[in-house]
Amino acid sequence: MAFKDLPNDSTAKTVIVATALCLVCSVAVSAAAVYLRPAQEANKAADMQKNIVAVSGVDLDGRSVPEVFSTFDVRLVDLETGDYAQGIDVEAYDQRAAAKDPTQAGPIAAERDIADVKMRERYAKVYLIRDAAGAVERIILPVRGYGLWSTLWGFLALEGDANTVIGLSFYDHAETPGLGGEVDNPAWKAQWDGKEIYGPEGDVQIRLVKGGVDPSRPGAEYKVDSLSGATLTSNGVTNLLHYWMGDDGYKAYLDKLREGQA
Amino acid sequence: MSDFDNKKILAEPVFDNNPIVLQVLGICSALAVTAKLETALIMCLALTVVVALSNLFISMIRHHIPSNIRIIVQMTIIASLVILTDQVLKAFVYDIAKQLSVFVGLIITNCIVMGRAEAFAMKNPPLPSLLDGIGNGLGYSVILIVVAVIRELFGSGTLLGVEILPLVTEGGWYTPMGMMLLPPSAFFIIGLFIWALRTWKPAQVEKPDYQIHAVHRTEAV
Repeated sequence: MAFKDLPNDSTAKTVIVATALCLVCSVAVSAAAVYLRPAQEANKAADMQKNIVAVSGVDLDGRSVPEVFSTFDVRLVDLETGDYAQGIDVEAYDQRAAAKDPTQAGPIAAERDIADVKMRERYAKVYLIRDAAGAVERIILPVRGYGLWSTLWGFLALEGDANTVIGLSFYDHAETPGLGGEVDNPAWKAQWDGKEIYGPEGDVQIRLVKGGVDPSRPGAEYKVDSLSGATLTSNGVTNLLHYWMGDDGYKAYLDKLREGQA
Repeated sequence: MSDFDNKKILAEPVFDNNPIVLQVLGICSALAVTAKLETALIMCLALTVVVALSNLFISMIRHHIPSNIRIIVQMTIIASLVILTDQVLKAFVYDIAKQLSVFVGLIITNCIVMGRAEAFAMKNPPLPSLLDGIGNGLGYSVILIVVAVIRELFGSGTLLGVEILPLVTEGGWYTPMGMMLLPPSAFFIIGLFIWALRTWKPAQVEKPDYQIHAVHRTEAV
């Protein structure tokens, strides 16, 4: 029986129509995905540069974002030793992919994994802004950690003293809009400027506190007002800073940087 | 197809049979993407393209769709179109695609698309179906744009990001209405819009489902 003679509701025609439709649709969708991938990747990379430049607090001063970004010194840090890694292509290194790759990342002992990072990669991609003499002016470090629903992926920008915060900004998360999602709120983010990470003994002191921060009280430089209605996201932010600024994170590197050895 | 009045098919859904204010479909995305005019415009464009093309394709193969799997066939076509739209937006207007996030994907579940496929495209030839899709997309767009203009203007004092009402916080005189930036304000605006439209075109007023029968006192005894 020819195809056009089949009654519409026969099993044969149902199967044929369904198969043909699925084939056509899947070809269309995959073709679009393949052909548009380069443009999407370029957008993603440009967006990442924009995030890094934004958190660095560098004044664009009429320059374009890629132009400013090209002045940044991109380095890989070996998190085990705190030294710069040698012999790895910095441009091609994708830290986010490395964090999921068992050959490049190792599991973290549960009691040390306060930010619920689970796997930590050996190398971190950091961005340095140097002054005319070559001294480090600003440091931008990638950080991540679990909030309430999702891993928050972001950047922390520090002054050249490797202690004073310039800004903290998350570029990818899925926290509740209006509550935990307020980590994106510019007014909240503005509070980070000038805060300090380490106490006098070199321990990580920075944390989010409830009920506002009185700038006249001692210790205010280590405290940031937490997000109202988002205790777990706020705890997540505190934990991820403690993890990444601690011994498993950038502490060794920042210590060396401060002493001029890195 | 002389028995189809193409102009009427195109224009009717805009005011006379508007998918949002008369049929009250597609409200969810109308609340979510209208805090800014820019996102609303892209959303309108995306929805119009999807509803027009899904109507066209479904109408083209309508004689071959087995009726027992017709909803799945419609969904497959709509879903593929939505994924294509999403990919194109991510490739060419990345910033806006990021702000629209899940709402482009949710066009799949927008009742307008499915409603037009089932109510119109399954029974009519391709050209009128395409026009019907465009018309309904425009009907949706009109409401979204009106809501977005009101919300952005009074909520942030800007239109398409350009300052119209200088804000107090930036040295101007306008105190923004924070309420306008929250989704419930879209409900109020759509409600007022429905009120205005039904005052203008009383034929759209629905008969009450239930009316209290006025009982005279003497009857009650």
